[in-house]
Amino acid sequence: MNKQRSLEEALSWITDGSTLMYGGFGGIGTPPTLIEGILDKGVKDLTLIGNDTGFPWIGIGRLVTEGRVRKVITSHIGSNPNAGRMMEEGRMEISFYPQGTLAEKIRAGGVGLGGILVDVGLGTSIAEGKETVVIGGRTYLVEPALTADVAIVHASKADPYGNLVYDKSGRNFNPLVAMAGERTIAEADEIVPLGSLDPESIVTPGIFVNAVIAGKGVNWQWVWEKRAATESQEGPPRS
Amino acid sequence: MGMGETSRDRIARRAAAELKDGMVVNLGIGIPTRVADFIGEGIEVTFHAENGILRAGPSPPPGEEDGFLCNAGGYPVTIVEGASYCDSAIAFAMIRRGCIDMTVLGALEVSEQGDLANWIVPGKRAAGIGGAMELAQKAKKVVALMNHVNRDGAPKIKKQCELPLTAPACVDLIITDMAVMEVTADGLLLREIMLPFTLEEVVRCTEASLKLPEQLIYIP
Repeated sequence: MNKQRSLEEALSWITDGSTLMYGGFGGIGTPPTLIEGILDKGVKDLTLIGNDTGFPWIGIGRLVTEGRVRKVITSHIGSNPNAGRMMEEGRMEISFYPQGTLAEKIRAGGVGLGGILVDVGLGTSIAEGKETVVIGGRTYLVEPALTADVAIVHASKADPYGNLVYDKSGRNFNPLVAMAGERTIAEADEIVPLGSLDPESIVTPGIFVNAVIAGKGVNWQWVWEKRAATESQEGPPRS
Repeated sequence: MGMGETSRDRIARRAAAELKDGMVVNLGIGIPTRVADFIGEGIEVTFHAENGILRAGPSPPPGEEDGFLCNAGGYPVTIVEGASYCDSAIAFAMIRRGCIDMTVLGALEVSEQGDLANWIVPGKRAAGIGGAMELAQKAKKVVALMNHVNRDGAPKIKKQCELPLTAPACVDLIITDMAVMEVTADGLLLREIMLPFTLEEVVRCTEASLKLPEQLIYIP
């Protein structure tokens, strides 16, 4: 029943070559303590699945910037020039999907479906080579579900069972990702006693969560905070 | 985009005139975001953000930002009365099933059939798709904002798009630094010209065929 774990114990599930799914949208809602822990652990050749590649020094972008990533399945890399450069140099493979299609592929993986049928992208290059089906006279792309070895999410509050509540727009991909990991690690800003979360307000039921770790809070400047121009591109050196 | 501040503001102001009271609107990143700054008096619009905010409000004053309340570009916003949060799957459900009245998007190329290209230049750095395909394909009205020509002076409003499409036949209105054009069943209808540009200049800078209305409007 008590899923509280140390950072080290939770991170033991993430190893070289792991497929890692992450919550967050433009850095907001990506678990900072877990990202820091993955960097410190030194794992490499990760395959990432998530909305975007963050900013060079915010969110999942830090793993990209430090060269720990082999492949990314995502919708947008525009806010992280390092991701674009590594793609150009052939050092990192990127598969792009429309954002809503990506969200539903992840959700499908999390809810035990094989995939989704979607008409977004028909008539564009992203439909090329993909299987289609016709239902009720309308054509849909078949998009297989996505799952991962490990999913990492950020919650504002968690209880020991892993019930999660998110923080405003920090919710974004987190509830979807939380369901789609073979193992899911939730980093919470606050871990509250069992029974203290209102069952009506819980967004992710704890059954999907395997480990709860205590977050140390946001340890970076948000992209909109004032900083030196060079830092905003490449980020500060790691301490 | 290499656009002067004035023409960016001018494009944003013209796009804001398309916002009607009661609309649900999604603004893309870049110049489209600025459209909210020019919203007409007495017009109440519900802003949708694909990272999971319905009824997003203006930027907070400096020092009052909330790190967990940001728009799809990662910049801080506020909410207005009646706002709700949701996950990104639900945010895209709203788009995909046709709940968004209007979207304003940046464009690299638009064709005379209203095809939109705005996500990748092959062989160059790609920003990625983001929510552009869902918005372009599913919003009831799609307004494309762009420079009329590229850095080399070549037209970006073409007979056919050369870049990979974001969505075919989706654009309803094109607003550039030179003109406003409506996509109609039989091609592009030139509606307005931004002064000091002339009709001759607009036609010369447009590869697509332009039909002329009975009354051409000149915007000062």
